[in-house]
Amino acid sequence: MTITAPQKTAPASPSLQPTGWLRYLSFSVDHKVIGLQYLVCGFAFYLIGGAMAGAIRTELLSPVSDFMARDVYNQILTLHGTVMIFLWIVPVVNGAFGNYLIPFYVGARDMAYPRLNAVAFWLIPPAGLMLISSYFITGAAQSGWTAYPPLSITTPATGQIIWILSVLLLGGSSIFGGINFIATILKLRRPGLKLMQLPMYCWAMLGTSILVVLSTPVLAGTLIMLSFDIVAHTGFFNPGMGGNVVVYQHLFWFYSHPAVYIMVLPAFGLVSEILPVHCRKPLFGYTTMVYSIMAIVVLGLVVWAHHMFTSGTPPWMRLFFTIATAFIAVPTGIKFFNWLATLWGGRISLNSAVLFSCGFIVNFVLGGITGVALAQVPFDVHVHDTYFVVAHFHYIVYGGSVFVIFASIYHWYPKIIGRMLDEHLGRLHFLLTFVGFNLCFAPQHWLGLNGMPRRVAEYDPQFELVNQISSAGALLMAISTLPFLWNVIASAFFGAIAGDNPWRALTPEWLTSSPPPVENWKGDPPLVTHPYGYGTPADEIDLNSASGSDLWRSGQ
Amino acid sequence: MTSLTPQNAQLDHIDDHGAEHGAEHPDHRMFGLAAFLVADAMTFAGFFAAYLTFKAVNPLMPGAIYELELPLPTLNTILLLVSSATFHRAGVNLRRQNNERCRLWLMLTAGLGLAFLASQMVEYFTLPFGLTDNLYASTFYALTGFHGLHVTLGTLMILIVWWQCRTPSGRVSASNHFPLEAAELYWHFVDGIWVILFVILYLI
Amino acid sequence: MLLVLGGLWIGQNINLLPVDASANAPIYDELFRVLFSIGTILFVGIVGLILFSLVRFRRRPGQLGDGLALEGNLPLEVFWTAVPAIVVLFVGLYSYDIYERMGGMVPLGHGNHGSETVADQRVWGGIGSTQDSQTATTAGIPPFPIEVTAMQFAFLFHYPDGDFISGEMHVPVDRPVSLRMEAKDVIHAFWIPEFRLKQDVIPGQPTVLDFTPTRTGSYSIVCAELCGPYHGGMRSSVVVDSADDFDTWLQSNRKLPAAEA
Ligand code: HEM
Ligand SMILES: [Cu+2]
Ligand SMILES: [Cu+2]
Repeated sequence: MTITAPQKTAPASPSLQPTGWLRYLSFSVDHKVIGLQYLVCGFAFYLIGGAMAGAIRTELLSPVSDFMARDVYNQILTLHGTVMIFLWIVPVVNGAFGNYLIPFYVGARDMAYPRLNAVAFWLIPPAGLMLISSYFITGAAQSGWTAYPPLSITTPATGQIIWILSVLLLGGSSIFGGINFIATILKLRRPGLKLMQLPMYCWAMLGTSILVVLSTPVLAGTLIMLSFDIVAHTGFFNPGMGGNVVVYQHLFWFYSHPAVYIMVLPAFGLVSEILPVHCRKPLFGYTTMVYSIMAIVVLGLVVWAHHMFTSGTPPWMRLFFTIATAFIAVPTGIKFFNWLATLWGGRISLNSAVLFSCGFIVNFVLGGITGVALAQVPFDVHVHDTYFVVAHFHYIVYGGSVFVIFASIYHWYPKIIGRMLDEHLGRLHFLLTFVGFNLCFAPQHWLGLNGMPRRVAEYDPQFELVNQISSAGALLMAISTLPFLWNVIASAFFGAIAGDNPWRALTPEWLTSSPPPVENWKGDPPLVTHPYGYGTPADEIDLNSASGSDLWRSGQ
Repeated sequence: MTSLTPQNAQLDHIDDHGAEHGAEHPDHRMFGLAAFLVADAMTFAGFFAAYLTFKAVNPLMPGAIYELELPLPTLNTILLLVSSATFHRAGVNLRRQNNERCRLWLMLTAGLGLAFLASQMVEYFTLPFGLTDNLYASTFYALTGFHGLHVTLGTLMILIVWWQCRTPSGRVSASNHFPLEAAELYWHFVDGIWVILFVILYLI
Repeated sequence: MLLVLGGLWIGQNINLLPVDASANAPIYDELFRVLFSIGTILFVGIVGLILFSLVRFRRRPGQLGDGLALEGNLPLEVFWTAVPAIVVLFVGLYSYDIYERMGGMVPLGHGNHGSETVADQRVWGGIGSTQDSQTATTAGIPPFPIEVTAMQFAFLFHYPDGDFISGEMHVPVDRPVSLRMEAKDVIHAFWIPEFRLKQDVIPGQPTVLDFTPTRTGSYSIVCAELCGPYHGGMRSSVVVDSADDFDTWLQSNRKLPAAEA
């Protein structure tokens, strides 16, 4: 009823799909190849960043600095943050899934600018390798992923300059990607497909890309100024020469707060695709979801100074940013209630994709609650730059974005590879990750409240036990990748054949073969006007047991 | 769609879109350029914001108060504004398939761009402060230098377009005027930034 | 109902914070308890709903049908837009009130520093002014000034009253103290967990921090801003003395200038 099935089939060509794995190492312009390149490359960097996290947690097993030298600790810390943000989460939730899915969703055969797309991807590996090799060659940057001057000006210059260069390259890649997504979503829609009929992930990517295009260039300009301070001895951020270090923080957070939404809005979109399929229900409140994404985009641009409440900002500024930040919780909350309502009354299949999505909801809610608390100046003044903040943002970026990345891999693997993943291993993976994650980060709230600052290699002995618990959680998280890795590798060869549409889903990527052919469809792209048209109409179901609001209230 | 050998299929198909289906697929390159210019504008916005904040918060840097000379920058403003007009003429002539005239106007525009750069250099060498003298000086050079970089790039683009529309059947022509229009949009953008820069840096 | 009561109980009775040792710490703890209660209610409520849905609406073997085709419900959506908005508004206003009671909204750089030599430099600061209600009991007593210098990797405390430098901060109990802080090299942050106070110490931009210690004892001062390899070791301590002890300490140091530096 909602899908006009493609009638025309391609002429008798055996397969348009190029064979051979080598194309994944080539300058391919196929959006699916590029999407996978992003995913695999990002995952490789995730493993590297994870190893660094392991080193950090090992150092923190004991209160003294004994595992590695103090400056090495700071290098590892800086690399860990930079790799995880710029080389894992941002490229994967945007680049990987965006490239793979958006052309399907708008009914196109590729992205708007395929070559630019390939360029954007191929900026990433060199930038990442450069960043990591700086550790071995000259010593990496040691001023944290925030690179606050004057520390970043006074620490060894080579490492810091390499850091700046690679972040500039990654920022460029992300801007090119953002432009491409905006153009694809707005301009490449199949005739007859209206904006308000697009799957939610398109809206999330549109919002994200707007943030990318508006905020990343500011970071680029700022880092250029910083590099001038280091190389040409200008004094923008050098107090010794009359510079102002707080201006750097403003400019930096003008990018980096939106950056947290660049990492999490696409994840919101992906969850909105996954849940309806496995709950066999329409996405609840499509229109409000769209508006809340746009509200988050607008508000996200005006909350940056909540990272600077102790930086000597004047009172009126603190007040304004408290209010703006707190209000971001409203559109975010709408999305969460809508997902809960999507679950309500569904026929939920408890597979790995759903488990990871629900894990995401639980973790993100906790991260959001601590976020609203942090937005209150008097609260923040105590816990800013402590382990409480570390816990907060890991609940958001790991508990949020990374959980969604895993959920998405479980959901789309059958489409990408054509074979199913093993469910038992998937659930084991979820269990280990969820327990390990909470064991690792929940205790850190307490550490921060009680006096442990962040970014330290040594700490007060009273915190030893809790730090060891946290490290045990980290170990569990490391172990949890093993079943996952085994699963994705082995299933590619031995997994059950998936078929075109194993989840009986309605979004367009499922209406072609698995894996899809080169230009996505043999014949015309289907017109999907109700991507969430699941569900038995109300008149065919016993309404008494399922009328939404009654049940809703009784649940609370 | 014909059956191609698998390896080529992918690339050739994409290439096709530009040429073969050129008419049915609308050209989105201009849109992409506009989006890129928004991003570029944000870079400038960052610099401007930094400049204004420095000015408001660190006003008393010893020796950092200068009276900038106005004649040269005013001349520069006029040069750039005129060059926007000449570029426009070039575009009009290209669409009329009058390549010779188009190239003339293009040359004039490039000349104006170079004149701008030259006069900017003159200003740099006569200024009483250098890049690292103080905060104000650094910000001044960063802003004007970044803008000058844009003018340089724009001039290069004009010269390339100028070279490519030698003949009516060249790479840039009445039927393929995207490169010229892209360069033109970019040039107007750079002009616009200059006007803002002029107001912020020299007038207030 | 049960949920709300449970949340309130948890919020009020589980203490995650260290002892309070300054006038604004109890106010902070009050805010913390309120946020903790609201947070617990929300979190437990949402997790409960998820678990309930996952169990109640799970797909049983052999079930192939779809759920209810429910695409939205406007009143419901308005409801859950309004409720968070109200909660957030309440939290915002409440924390604003707390902030005011801590003295955060008083214009800073209020010039009660005897040592204000660089008049043209902007002095910005954290929480605190001594003319506030929190210090009503001590009204009239001028705040005790201390100049703090942060450098890689130590804090130094200069007492203008006596003109000596100490590596450890001593302050009198129940008397407002006013810190004027400057950094020599990079950004540091001055944090006393038991006081619930933190303020960055920024090179090129002095900051102030006012507080009134209320509990005698020794607490650590922690640097909370990454400042280099030894950042983790950059700590000092603050000793809150009774008025008499403090005077003795001050006198003994005054006689031997720079004795403890
Ligand atoms: C949307 C996903 C979110 C992400 C990815 C995120 C991420 C982060 C990160 C990385 C930091 C640490 C900054 C640093 O000091 O290096 C942070 C701090 C903060 N976040 Fe979030 N956050 C998110 C959501 C929220 C929400 C919903 C709120 C409030 C409504 C919030 C409020 C804050 C505040 C106030 C801080 C500053 C804490 C401090 O540095 O003292 N965040 N967040
Ligand atoms: Cu933020
Ligand atoms: Cu430090």
